[in-house]
Amino acid sequence: MTNNWTDIKNADVVWIMGGNAAEAHPCGFKWVTEAKAERGAKLMVVDPRFTRSAAVSDHYAPIRAGSDIAFLSGVINYLLTNDKIQREYVKNYTNISYIVKEGFGFNEGLFTGYDESKRTYDRSSWEYEIGPDGFAVRDETLAHPRCVYQLMKKHYAQYTPETVERVSGTPKDKFLKVCEMAASTATGDRSMTIMYALGWTQHSHGAQNIRSAAMIQLLLGNIGVPGGGINALRGHANVQGITDIGTLTASLPGYLAMPTDSEPTLESHLGKRTFKPLQANQTSYWQNYRKFYVSFLKSLYGEKATKENEFGYQWMPKLDVAYDVLRMFEVMHQGKTTGLLCQGFNPLMSVAYKAKTVAALSKLKFLVSMDPIETDTVRFWENHGEFNDVDPSKIQTEVFMLPVTSFVEEDGSFTNSSRNIQWKWKAADPYGESRRDIEILADLYLRLKKLYEKDGGKGAEPFLAVDWNYKDPTHPSSEEVLKELNGKALVDLKDAEGKVTRAAGSQLASFGEMRDDGSTDGVQWIYTGIYGPNGNMAQRRDNSDPSGMNVYGSWGFCWPANRRILYNRASADPQGKPWSDAKKYVYWNGERWTGADVPDFVPTIPPERGTGPFIMNPEGVSRLFARGFMADGPLPVHYEPFESPVTNPLFPKVRGNPVARVFKGDMEVFGSAKDFPIVGTTYRLVEHFHYWTKSVHMNAVAQPEFFVEISEQLAKEKGIRPGQMVRVWSNRGQVKGKAVVTKRLVPLKIDGKTVHQVGLPLNFGFIGETKKASPVNSLTPAVGDANAQTPEFKAFLVDIEPIPGPVA
Amino acid sequence: MRHSEVAPGDSVHPGDPVVVDRYTTGARINHWITAASLVLLALSGLALFHPSLFFLSGLFGGGSTTRMIHPWIGVILFFSFLGLFLRFWKLNLWERTDNVWMGRLRDVLTAHDENLPEVGKYNAGQKMVFWSMSLLILVLITSGIVIWDQYFSEYFSIEQKRIAVLIHAITAIVAICVWIVHVYAAIWVRGTISAMTRGRVTGGWAWRHHRRWLKELVTGRP
Amino acid sequence: MFPPIPNPTTQATPAKFGEADLIRRSASNITPAAKRQTEVAKLIDVSKCIGCKACQVACLEWNDLREEVGVNVGLYENPHDLTPNTWTLMRYTEYENPESGNLEWLIRKDGCMHCADPGCLKACPAPGAIVQYSNGIVDFVKANCIGCGYCVKGCPFNIPRISKVDHKAYKCTLCSDRVAVGQGPACQKACPTQAIVFGTKDEMKKWADKRIADLKSRGFKNAGLYDPPGVSGTHVMYVLQHADKPQIYAGLANNPTISPIVELWKGLTKYAGLTAIGAFAAFGLLHHIVSGPNRVSDEDEKNAKRLAQGRS
Repeated sequence: MTNNWTDIKNADVVWIMGGNAAEAHPCGFKWVTEAKAERGAKLMVVDPRFTRSAAVSDHYAPIRAGSDIAFLSGVINYLLTNDKIQREYVKNYTNISYIVKEGFGFNEGLFTGYDESKRTYDRSSWEYEIGPDGFAVRDETLAHPRCVYQLMKKHYAQYTPETVERVSGTPKDKFLKVCEMAASTATGDRSMTIMYALGWTQHSHGAQNIRSAAMIQLLLGNIGVPGGGINALRGHANVQGITDIGTLTASLPGYLAMPTDSEPTLESHLGKRTFKPLQANQTSYWQNYRKFYVSFLKSLYGEKATKENEFGYQWMPKLDVAYDVLRMFEVMHQGKTTGLLCQGFNPLMSVAYKAKTVAALSKLKFLVSMDPIETDTVRFWENHGEFNDVDPSKIQTEVFMLPVTSFVEEDGSFTNSSRNIQWKWKAADPYGESRRDIEILADLYLRLKKLYEKDGGKGAEPFLAVDWNYKDPTHPSSEEVLKELNGKALVDLKDAEGKVTRAAGSQLASFGEMRDDGSTDGVQWIYTGIYGPNGNMAQRRDNSDPSGMNVYGSWGFCWPANRRILYNRASADPQGKPWSDAKKYVYWNGERWTGADVPDFVPTIPPERGTGPFIMNPEGVSRLFARGFMADGPLPVHYEPFESPVTNPLFPKVRGNPVARVFKGDMEVFGSAKDFPIVGTTYRLVEHFHYWTKSVHMNAVAQPEFFVEISEQLAKEKGIRPGQMVRVWSNRGQVKGKAVVTKRLVPLKIDGKTVHQVGLPLNFGFIGETKKASPVNSLTPAVGDANAQTPEFKAFLVDIEPIPGPVA
Repeated sequence: MRHSEVAPGDSVHPGDPVVVDRYTTGARINHWITAASLVLLALSGLALFHPSLFFLSGLFGGGSTTRMIHPWIGVILFFSFLGLFLRFWKLNLWERTDNVWMGRLRDVLTAHDENLPEVGKYNAGQKMVFWSMSLLILVLITSGIVIWDQYFSEYFSIEQKRIAVLIHAITAIVAICVWIVHVYAAIWVRGTISAMTRGRVTGGWAWRHHRRWLKELVTGRP
Repeated sequence: MFPPIPNPTTQATPAKFGEADLIRRSASNITPAAKRQTEVAKLIDVSKCIGCKACQVACLEWNDLREEVGVNVGLYENPHDLTPNTWTLMRYTEYENPESGNLEWLIRKDGCMHCADPGCLKACPAPGAIVQYSNGIVDFVKANCIGCGYCVKGCPFNIPRISKVDHKAYKCTLCSDRVAVGQGPACQKACPTQAIVFGTKDEMKKWADKRIADLKSRGFKNAGLYDPPGVSGTHVMYVLQHADKPQIYAGLANNPTISPIVELWKGLTKYAGLTAIGAFAAFGLLHHIVSGPNRVSDEDEKNAKRLAQGRS
C-alpha cells in the first residue's frame, strides 16, 4: 500500500476492483465503512461477482474476469478526453511532459522491439529522449507528438465506453458511473483510494492491471495524498514482511537484487542500479543502493566481509534465471530437483495445475514440510479417491513433516499491508513437539556447518563464511533478528567535522546512517529505525492521532522511516502548499517540510529547487510511461487471458500477453473456447484463511463444503438446481461441488457473444475438517504474469454439468 | 327389538343380599390403569399449566422429568382407554330413554330415581362421560403429539404447535371437569365403587339404578 | 466510529447486575427492585454488515459451543438455521430493488431480539427458567429449564432451540456474563466494521439516527430503525435500508407481537381453566352437603331379591 489502512478513512471515493476487501480483508475493511459513515465517502466495486464488498457499496459494475485493463484504459480515456485530470499535479509530478525517443512505437498490439521466438522485448526504444545536458527532454506545453501526453491520448483513444462494454461486458452506464465517481476526485480537495488484491495480480498481465490503476491515480492527483493511493491488500498476516525480506529468488531483503551471472563483480552489480538523476536537482534515492547493499553483505558475512573481498560478494550465489514458483515446479517436473523444503507452503493447493504439481513432487527424492498443520501437500502421495487420485506405490518421494509453532506460540513481528510492523507477543505455549521455524533452521544450519567443517565439499566456503552471531546459536530470538534487520554502527560513525554521531556497536536510527565502506551493517535497510537506539519500535501501542488525519505515528513502526503515506510530498503543490485544507498533510512551512506524517522528502530542500516528490525515481516524477521497467510494455495494453472465450477484440493478432511466462508443456494444455465456453475464476472466502482453516473446526462450521457459484441463467441453461452437485472441468482436471445459484453473477455480452462466468472458491482440499474436495487448482492454467510471474488463477476456461449426487 | 344390556361376565347371584357381577377382573384392571394415568396426567399437566401448581412437578421428580413423563403417560392412557372403549362402546350407545333421563336431570340430582325411566347397564350421564372422554382423549393425544417436541418437533410448524397447545390445554380442562363428575357420581351414588373394586354391586343398587340391566340378567331377556 | 468499549482489567470484577435486578421471572411473581438499571441494547446495522460471520464464530467461541460441520445446500448460510449451539446466524437475501433496479445483498444477523415484552418468558411454565433483567436482557437459566419448548411457541421471532442432547432451551444471552462486567457481547467485539455496536438503548437509538441519515443521503429513503412496538421494543435493534419492508430481510417479522393464541393460552385459558375445575369440584361438594348421599334402600334390596327369586 502506498497509503495506510487507517488513511482509507480520509477517502472521499473508495474504489475496490481486483479484490474483495470485505471478503478477504474484513478487519481492514472497517476503514472503508468508517470513511462511508464518517465522511460520506462513496464506495464503488467492480468485480465479476456481486461480492460482499459490493453488498455495502454505492455502486457496483460487473466485469468479465481478465478484462481489467480494457476497463481501466477506458477510465483513462475518459479522464483524458473529458480533461478530468488534476493538471498541475500531473504536469509537475508525472512524466506526462517527457518526450520519448524516436523509434518507439506501438502497432497492432505490440510495442517496438518484440522478438517472437524468445517471447521477449528489446526495450531499448522505450526510453526518453536525452538532451545535451544529459537530462531527459520535456515539453511543458504537452504538444510534442512524442511527449507522453500525446502518446497516451493516441494509445487510449480506442478504449471508448462502447469498447469497454464490448470487451469487458460492463454496461456502458455502469462503466460511466465509475468514471464519473473517479473523476470527482481530480480536484485536489477530494481523493480516491483504490484497493486491490489478487484479483489484479493473478493474471498473465497482472502487473499492468496495477499500473493502469496507478496511472489513473496519478492523472487524478491521488498519489501521495491522504485518502488516496494505490493500495495492495496483502493476503496473509505477514506476507508484506515476507516480500520485504526478499524470499523471492531474484530479490534480497529490502528490494535489493540478487546478483546474476552477468554481474561478476560487486561494482558491476551496483553500477547498474545506482541511478543518476535524469533531471536537475533530483534526489534519485537509489543512488544510495550501494550503502544498503554493502551493509547487507556486512550483516551476512560479518568480519569476513572486507573491502578487499568485495564484502563477500563472491560468496553470493549468482542467478542464471529467476526461479519463480512456475519455473521451480517446471524444473522439478523435469526431474531436476532433488529435494523441496516447504516452509508454511502448501504448493499442492497453491501452485497452478495440480496434476503437474503432483507429478513434479513425485519426482523428488525428499520433501520436507515445516508447518503448524498437516497440509495437503504432505499427503500428495496418498490416494484420496477422486479428490487426489494417485497410486502411492508409484511414488518414491520421502516426506518429512516438521511441526512448527503457530504464530501465537512465539514472539515476533507482523508487517501488514500498509507496511506497519507490529510486534506480537507469545500467547500460548508451543503444542506438542513443535519448534519455532527459526530453531529448526538454526539447527539445520549448525548441523550442515558441522558436516561442511568435517567433510568440506561443494559450496563449503560460502556456507562457512556466514556470520552466525546469536546469544544462543541454536535459538536465535526474534528480537535479535529484528535488531539484525535494523543494523548497527560497526565503528564510531563521524560527521564531516569528526564528531561521533553514532558510537560503534549502537543500533542505527535510520537508513540515512548506512555507509558503503563497511562501517555499518543491517540486513534490511527499509526497516532501519525499527530497532534503533530507542529499542523495539514495533512494540509501540500508542493510538493517538495528533493531527486528526488518522495518522497513528506512534503505533508500531511503518517502513520506511515510520512513514505512513509514501510520496507524501505530493500532497502539497509545487510551491509546498497543501492542495486544499481538506487534504493538508505534508507541506513546506517556510523552513522545512512538516505535517501529519514523516515527509517522504529531504526535509530541508525548499520547493524552489524543483525537486520532485517521487524521490526514488531519477526523474523525480512518477511514470505514466514506464520506460523499460516493465517487461510487457511502457503502457498497459488489453490482452486476453491465455484461456479466453473470445479472441482479442482489440488486437486480433495478439491474444494473450506476448511476454507472459509460459512453459512448453503448459502451453499445450490450454483449453479452447470451443470445448470450454465458460470463464472460471477463483477466490477465497471470508470464512477461511487460504488452506489453513479448513483444518479448524469453527471455520469449517462456518463454511463446510466446496461450492461453485453460478448465475441463475447458467443454472437454467444447464438444468442445475440449487444445492445440486456439479462437475466443473478444464483441460487440466476437474472438481466437483455444490451449486450455489445466485443473482450475484450474471452472464455478460462479450463481443456479441453471451459469456457465463463461474466462481470457484479456493479454500477446500482433501485434508482437514471441511468436506473433502479436489483443490480448484486442478483446473487452473500454469501461465504467469510477464513481470511478477504470478499464475493466472483469476481467468481461465471451464465447462460445467450437473451430476447425480445428494441434492441438499 | 331392544338390544341386550348385558356384557360378558355380568351375572346375578341370588342371596341376601343379591349380588350382581358388574365388571370382570380384566375390565377393572383396565379401568384402574386408565384412572391412574388420568390422575397422573392431570397432576403433571396442571404442573405445566399454571405456575401456582408447578410444585406438583415435584411428584414426578422435577420439571424436566414431568415434561418427559407426561406424554408417555398420555400414550398409556390412550391405549388403556382404547381398551375400555372397545369393551363398553356398545352398551354406551344412545337410546331414546336416555333423552328422557336427561330431561329429568332435576330428579337425578335430587335422587328421585323412582321418577326416572328404567336404566340399562349405563344411564345417560355415564354415557355422556364415556363419549366425552372418548372424544377428549382423542383430541388430547392428537394435540399432544403435535407439541411432543422431543420426537415430533420437526413435523409441525410453530403456529400449528401454538394452536395445538391451546387446544390441549382447553381439552384437558374439560377432561378434568368430566372426570370430577365421574368420580363425584361414583362417590355420591353409594354402592357404586364396589363395582370397580370388587367387580360386584348389590342387587338393591342394581335395582335402584340399573333396573333394566338387572331384569335382563335375571330373565335373560332384553 | 462508535467509541469502543475498553478492554477489561485482569482483576476480578463484581457483576453489575444479578438476581436483585430482575423485572420478570418466568412462572413467578416477583417485586422488581425500585432502582432500575439503564437499558442496554445491541444495534445491528445491516447496511454496514459484510456477512463475514465473525460474530457467529465469536459466539461459538465465547459461549464454548460446538456446532457440527454441516454441508453446503446451495447457500452461504451455515449452519442452515439457528440451533441449540448456533445462537446467532447470518442470513443472506438477494433482493432486486424494484425502484433502483439494483441488486442488493441483504445480510442480517439473526438471533434473540431481547424483547421488552418477551413471549418466551410469558409462555415458560418453569419458575425462573427465563428471566428479564431491568437492563432489558432476557436470559435463559439452564438449571431451571425443563425443556418443554413453550418458549419456542411464545417467541414471535422463532429464536429458541431445544437441544436434543440435554433437552434444554438455548438462545443468545446478549452475553449477559460479559455485560455484567462492563463488556459488550462477543459478537459486537468481533465485528470488524462496527455493524454491531453496543451501549445503552438511548445511545443506540441516537447512533441509529446518524446511520439512518447517512443511508437516506445515499438514496434509501425508507431507511429506519427496527425496534418493534408490538413487543414493546427490543434490546437488539436493526438499522434497515428498507425499514418499511422488514420481511425482505430473510423473513424478519413486519410487526411482531406475541401470538394471540399464546396470549389466550397463557391468559384467559389459564384462569378460566382453573376456575372451571374449581367450580366442578365445588359443585360436587355442595351437592353432597345439600342433598346427602344417594343410598340404596332396604326396599331396593328387597325388590332385587324378589326379582332374583322370581327367576329361580
